[in-house]
Amino acid sequence: MLLIPCPWCGPRDEPEFVFGGEPAVRPIPASEVSDETCATYLYARSNEKGFHRELWCHSGGCGQWFLLERDTLTHVIHRSLKPGEPA
Amino acid sequence: MSRLPTGGRIDRAAPVPFTWDGRALSGFAGDTLASALLANGIRVIGRSFKYHRPRGLYGAGVEEPNAIVDLAWGDRHDPNARATLVDLLPGMAARGINAWPNVRHDAHGLIDLAHAFLPSGFYYKTFKSPSWQRWEPMIRRMAGLGTLRPTADTRHFDTRHAQVDVLVIGGGAAGLAAARAAAASGLSVMLADDRPHWGGLLGWHDGTIADRPAADWIADTVAGLGAATLLPRTTAFGYYDHNTVGLLERRATAASGWAEERLWSVRAREIILATGAIERPLVFPQNDRPGVMSTDAVLHYLRVHAVLPGSRIVVATNNDTAIAAALALQAAGAEVIIADARAPGPALRQAADHGIRIHPASVPVGTGGRHGLRWVDIAPRANLAARERIPADLLAVSGGWSPAVHLFSQSGGKLRWDDAEAAFLPGEPRPHQHLAGAVAGDAALAEALAAGHRAGTQAAAALGRSVALPAPRAEPAAPATPIAPLWFVPLKNTRQWIDLQNDVTLDDVALAARENYASVEHLKRYTTLGMANDQGKTSNINGLAALAAFTGRAIPDVGTTTFRPPFVPISLGAMAGLRHGKLYAPVKHLPAHDDHLAAGADMREYGGWLRPACYLRPGETPAAAIQREATAARASLGLFDGSSLGKIEVQGRDAAAFLNLLFYNEVANLKPGRLRYCLILKETGIVYDDGVVARLADDRYLLSPSSSHTAGVLALLEAWHQTEYPHMDVAFHDVTAAWATFAVCGLNARALLTALGTDIDLADAALPHMGLAHGTLAGHPIRIARVSFTGERSYEISIPASRGAALWRHLLDLGQSDAATPYGIETLSVLRAEKGYILIGTDTDGMTLPADLGMPGPLRAKKVDFVGKRSLLAPDALRPDRRQFVGLLPDDPAYIPPPGTHAIETADGARRSLGWITSACHSPALGRSIALGMIEAGRARIGETVQLFHLGHITTARLTAPCHLDPEGDRLNG
Repeated sequence: MLLIPCPWCGPRDEPEFVFGGEPAVRPIPASEVSDETCATYLYARSNEKGFHRELWCHSGGCGQWFLLERDTLTHVIHRSLKPGEPA
Repeated sequence: MSRLPTGGRIDRAAPVPFTWDGRALSGFAGDTLASALLANGIRVIGRSFKYHRPRGLYGAGVEEPNAIVDLAWGDRHDPNARATLVDLLPGMAARGINAWPNVRHDAHGLIDLAHAFLPSGFYYKTFKSPSWQRWEPMIRRMAGLGTLRPTADTRHFDTRHAQVDVLVIGGGAAGLAAARAAAASGLSVMLADDRPHWGGLLGWHDGTIADRPAADWIADTVAGLGAATLLPRTTAFGYYDHNTVGLLERRATAASGWAEERLWSVRAREIILATGAIERPLVFPQNDRPGVMSTDAVLHYLRVHAVLPGSRIVVATNNDTAIAAALALQAAGAEVIIADARAPGPALRQAADHGIRIHPASVPVGTGGRHGLRWVDIAPRANLAARERIPADLLAVSGGWSPAVHLFSQSGGKLRWDDAEAAFLPGEPRPHQHLAGAVAGDAALAEALAAGHRAGTQAAAALGRSVALPAPRAEPAAPATPIAPLWFVPLKNTRQWIDLQNDVTLDDVALAARENYASVEHLKRYTTLGMANDQGKTSNINGLAALAAFTGRAIPDVGTTTFRPPFVPISLGAMAGLRHGKLYAPVKHLPAHDDHLAAGADMREYGGWLRPACYLRPGETPAAAIQREATAARASLGLFDGSSLGKIEVQGRDAAAFLNLLFYNEVANLKPGRLRYCLILKETGIVYDDGVVARLADDRYLLSPSSSHTAGVLALLEAWHQTEYPHMDVAFHDVTAAWATFAVCGLNARALLTALGTDIDLADAALPHMGLAHGTLAGHPIRIARVSFTGERSYEISIPASRGAALWRHLLDLGQSDAATPYGIETLSVLRAEKGYILIGTDTDGMTLPADLGMPGPLRAKKVDFVGKRSLLAPDALRPDRRQFVGLLPDDPAYIPPPGTHAIETADGARRSLGWITSACHSPALGRSIALGMIEAGRARIGETVQLFHLGHITTARLTAPCHLDPEGDRLNG
């Protein structure tokens, strides 16, 4: 059970959170987005072995979304970032 | 077997009566069920899993492979109780399992005669003719151990969470020394051991610590742990992420006596593993008889329970620890013979000096006695044919000790094979982890104490504390003669058991090697070695060592299988804790809940809410009630409690622009006081939810998602706002529970609301269909929306929830003269089906797009971007043969096709599905059956007849538009 540092509430147990996958920039406008770009945006994930950036929501607490830097191999958590915080 | 007159941790003044297979027996307080059976001379306690061979007790703890029994006590029942872990209580009734009629005389024992046809993987080979399916039911019936009772489990399970500075797993010498040091530093400490008494092996091995008997040191140390959390009878079963450990506590509650289970989820800053080691059996011909036991277990029963399990005992060993046990058995009055696989060392010679007959460099090569050991054949290793038969009623075996590295490995620790110890030892500790004692190869008392103290000190130092206490001292032991690994006896045409519980023999390992299942992971799955509920605690190492021998590899090159939690079986009840029955998924009640009950409502759970399915009059069936209610709602006046329908307020300067981004339909041009039926999509274009969007003001909207999707829609709004559009000024609030909402529909709906006496103008010009008005009723704020899910003129009146029940009663009262009829969800489902209105999740699934539902408009007309827009332009979204929402009228008006019924076409004798029925019912308005479904290119096929297929039964139906009643919508304004 991971101990996840919510940027607002501090370290909390994993069941308080919802995993939101990898952050992606939404491709717009629809008229200029190719089928490949659309499919990549919807389904392709980098799924890195090691350092990984991912979105989590503290749904069982403050309800805020934030970015987490986690190592997918060792579960070492580097830091969490509020949306808009410089990476 | 006999109970000694003195000694042991039992209370001879407190006899405990119990039964075994119906026989009345007696034990003492302090006995386990296993020790009591042993004391009563019960030798056969089970039948082996595959061959149904008689089996007896082998061990004394969690490693026990054989003693699985059916246990009843009062109304409690455990079909697979491990006798070694059961504290004996008066009135316990234990039975042998996996046998008929009983374990002493099991008819299935004949299977053993056919063992040559039942090797590993026999189901792929022997039972292939005429087909495996012919044999499978019979074999499945015979598999398994205990029998479940079909009654509710009355056991009480509990859950606790804890955070602690230092968690020490294992309360033997090393663990106690570690906890002592950590506690002395002032840190919070939790100490867990799976036995009822502290001290681990010191409970039955001699030891002197700081010049005092070990028992005294243990008692003082435990007493001195102060505020530490002490958890005896507690097994740490899993080591999880970020130093989370799962533990199962078997609590002896004073009231019931029965050990109820408590699951602990503990996060520790530092973890000390002092988990000890488990004694391995020797592998030799006929090594599975009742009467063959772990030497250390025999010593345990002798010292802890004062049971001497044999009078003429052969001790077969390859290491020194068993020799000390042999001396203890002789001192207790047994005649003891030792067969040591090694050349004589000091320990063996000392035993001979005590008058014990010794057979150096010798191994057991056979045993006899079907229902209990009667003799053991010993032979020199140099000449296995020179057998000497020794009469004996107990064979205590010791093949060495395997460090209990399970939790270490679960945490990601790597193992290394130590040839000298003939054991897998832990490699580098993981972060925030320390190891001490036999698990790390320091089994001798002096070393275990020193290592434990070191681990406790290091854990404290890691947390910035120092330990001023000196380490506990013990005399170093005399150097032991090294172990001589003896993985099996090299004799052909013999049966040598490796996994007792799953009946896996040496031949099975050889077979696996021959058939190229050379990986240890394949060995495990092919032979099922290590897959029983003892998880190979006494068989894994012997098995992989045999595989190494058969494949010509070194043991470390074979390696171990992956260690996974749980270390011991955990009952599902313990996992659930208190989250069962009403507490599993608490349902929400409507504000008028009690009134619905009083009116005879048939309450069912829908999307987490308890709601009336329909209202039953005396003697009425639900089907009849539904027809009555539906007829009344259209004919005169129907009342529906829609309070569970979602209500989400959306406010802000950018509310309109934001909602326009989220919804498929155009909502920014909605005027205040107007409603629109809208869909909300996922980015894949798939319809997530439908609902009515109401504009209350320029900067304020009220959404009504479906009851089951309210939380999801709110989460969606928050996620998009926070992650993609944080610059937009908009906020959301779930007010579902704040308002009670009732639908009033039918010809007399407006009359009823007029009689209610609100200050809202109900004229059609002021409140047209899909309009919304605010006002008050008796001083309370109300909203009235004119919206219909039934196709009749319909209003939804909302009032603060605290006034809901009163308003419902008032509406019923006022509506009496118009035969106001409350109707439930099932009735609503019929009314909306007649109108072809969709239910999300019933008529839609995880692939449905708006155009499939006949709503292509917004994609063309809506100029701005919205969630899912691009996906609706993908090739798959534009396919002409997509399944589309249509109505169906079965040719037989009495036939109601079950949802899931496929529409089919047949081409070249092959059937192909064209889609399926999603909703179907009897329509009271039309007096016949109607259906809705998703059919390939359905709209183009309206008017055609299709075949319907359900469980082999084929009927026909005509495709129609989804709306079966009043397609012009005249009744909305009726």
